Amino acid sequence: MRTKLFVIIIVVIIILIGWGSYTYFNTKMTTKQLLIVSTTTSLYETGLLDILKVEFEKQHPSINVSFISQGTGLAIQTAMRRDADMILVHDPVRELKFLQDGYGVNRKVVAYNFFVIAGPSSDPANVKGLSPTEAFTKIKEAGEANFAIWVSRGDDSGTHAKEKRIWKSAGFDTTELRTMSWYLEAGTGMTATLRLTDEKNAYTLVDLGSYLNNYANENIKLGIIVDAGKDILNVYSAIANNPKKTEVYGSNFDASMKFIEFLVSDGVQQIFADFGKDKFSKPLFNPYIKLLERGNNQELIDWIQDLAYYDGIECPLHYRYEADDLYQVIHKELIIAPIILDFQN
Amino acid sequence: MSSHLHLEKLNKNYEDLKALNNLTFDAHQGQLISLVGVNGSGKTTLLRIIAGLDLPNNGKIIFNGKELNINDLRKIATLVFQKSIMFNTTVFKNVSFGLKVRGVDSKKIRNKVFDSLSSVSLQGFDSKKASNLSGGEQQRVALVRAFIIEPQILLLDEPTANLDPSNAIIIENMIKKILERKSCIIVMATHNLHQARRLSSFIAHLHYGRIIEFSKSEKFFAQPENKITQKFVSGELQF
Amino acid sequence: MFETFIEAIHQAIILIWKGDPEVFSIAIRSLSVSGLATLLSCLWGLPIALGLALSSFRGKKLIRGFFNAMLGVPTVALGLILYLLLSKSGPLGIFQLLYTPLGISIGQSLLITPIVVSFAASAIESTDIGVKDLARTLGASRFQTDLAVMHESTWGIILAIVASFSRAFAELGVAIMIGGNIRYVTRVLTTSIALETARGEIAFSIALTIILMIIVFSLTFIINFLRRT
Repeated sequence: MRTKLFVIIIVVIIILIGWGSYTYFNTKMTTKQLLIVSTTTSLYETGLLDILKVEFEKQHPSINVSFISQGTGLAIQTAMRRDADMILVHDPVRELKFLQDGYGVNRKVVAYNFFVIAGPSSDPANVKGLSPTEAFTKIKEAGEANFAIWVSRGDDSGTHAKEKRIWKSAGFDTTELRTMSWYLEAGTGMTATLRLTDEKNAYTLVDLGSYLNNYANENIKLGIIVDAGKDILNVYSAIANNPKKTEVYGSNFDASMKFIEFLVSDGVQQIFADFGKDKFSKPLFNPYIKLLERGNNQELIDWIQDLAYYDGIECPLHYRYEADDLYQVIHKELIIAPIILDFQN
Repeated sequence: MSSHLHLEKLNKNYEDLKALNNLTFDAHQGQLISLVGVNGSGKTTLLRIIAGLDLPNNGKIIFNGKELNINDLRKIATLVFQKSIMFNTTVFKNVSFGLKVRGVDSKKIRNKVFDSLSSVSLQGFDSKKASNLSGGEQQRVALVRAFIIEPQILLLDEPTANLDPSNAIIIENMIKKILERKSCIIVMATHNLHQARRLSSFIAHLHYGRIIEFSKSEKFFAQPENKITQKFVSGELQF
Repeated sequence: MFETFIEAIHQAIILIWKGDPEVFSIAIRSLSVSGLATLLSCLWGLPIALGLALSSFRGKKLIRGFFNAMLGVPTVALGLILYLLLSKSGPLGIFQLLYTPLGISIGQSLLITPIVVSFAASAIESTDIGVKDLARTLGASRFQTDLAVMHESTWGIILAIVASFSRAFAELGVAIMIGGNIRYVTRVLTTSIALETARGEIAFSIALTIILMIIVFSLTFIINFLRRT
């Protein structure tokens, strides 16, 4: 009996190892080039990147693309440590630092959307329809009068950085605000922050994707109080690792560049435009290249370039590396853009 | 050649306590020496030293003219413990353990184990779990497990102490059978003077780590020389 | 709250019943990654446990104490340290283990080594001391005696192994720091749960949790069943 038992246990263990090695070999033995993209949670958690992966691997069968989703700060760190080949993030200030420190090259703005201010539908601070900075100011006043509560992400994510900048442009210092009783810091992910906001009947800043998803799942009852304005614009850009500084074991620079070219390609721009329409009846992201091509909303283009360009240019010349095509393609597309537009209309 | 065990001036101290005090004695093949004495007189200590489970502080153990160390002793001697300890497995594996570690081939082991089990009326018990057996059955297994390895010195520590009378008789009969073969030296610690009388060739009376009386069974009871032994035999000394 | 649970159980049943291929492959990956981790930790953990339990030497208490203290190491802390070691710019970067299932296995095996060592050593130590004497007096060599003692504590050792597997299987910190939760590559049950929770798919993540617990419970159940027979 005992011996039988041992045999059974050993067989089970061996099967486990068998399975284990099978899965390893499946991933390790692949002759495909492994491209690792370090990206932000708000983008990854929508599920859009899973669609892009399928599409990209269809176009480039020799490349296997993987996404590591982290907060923007950590995502950039990961690339700096050479553990990722490129980044896809939404924090122009830290992106510039990444370029300036020599870690990244060939930055490309690919898409945008708006953060929203979510809050109780009763809107105790009475901020509906105001501009973001005005809304922040009124929420602070209401908070001090004990009418309203603000919940901050408090985790140094891209969303948190955005929030801090809005407070700043409204004329307040967050280091001072965080000492106040109406200003709560969640210190956690977006969903948890939203749930806390919901429990407290408070206001918070949230990316559109996370809001819509949690609302659709009935995790929250909060409404969208403010949903447009230059201050809550959210711009996503891709940056490849600088091959001269960061590539040590094999070069994935080519693959990174292929992925960036892929992101700005017409087909993928259309995916951005369509993603989320069926589930939320509005798109979660807006394609930036298409916006340029259309050229009919100069105000919005100005907002984006104000926010996410450095002195009027999306990637200064000395941060470019063997990528003349990437920046020329746009111009070619610009020329043929009207024809495409005609088709669409 | 008949084998001969000679213990010379064995001493064993547990901190301040002298468990064995300059103990010397002799035993020959085919004999059963009973160790009697009150609790704490050193019986178990002596058995464990002969078995090679404990080291004496000094003194010699000489077997057939050769001084033996602890490893040699473990090869030729085996001890049956007072409280029968069973490996947590079947009767067969318990009994075969000693043969297996000696590298006996498995066919031979099977034959020997089955023969031995049936000789003590335990046929059919081989695949039972040893720990599920009754106390009497376990003690039989323990004895079979010991004598199946054909030890030159068989050590028994109170083999019937925890048994009811009928089981005690079974065990005593087993010991008698082993004794009749005259194949080994048996040293048995016992509390039961009647049992000592029934089985032993010689009886040794241990008192505070010394042998104070060592004589043939009949003489031990009839005319013991030592005063303490006289009291002990007459039942004046408490066990 | 209550509805979420009903919804979760409903989803869990559907996932298991229909055999959702991705969830299935994630569960298999979890099993094999943590299985290999357990195997690795046994490779060095069991000999250490044996050495600690069966022999006495100077500093033994210190080593026991060390492993006992390591039982409570936070998985995220260990994950972070390993991440820094295995990162391409870290000292062990050349092995390219970051973001691989093997990397998770190695990390988890370090995480659970204290469990294997402490629990197995306790199991062996709690074996009746008489067994050691019994084996010796029947003529067993030192090695054979150790084997007999180990055999006596088989179930204790198996329970130690099961406990360490369960810990590896249910831990998040190492899997997410070393594995990176890459879909189809290093996504395991716990990292999926974390992701789905972050996504706001609460019901789905509870469904995954139910699957995880079913696996852990059935493993414990099977072991207990085998133990009784």
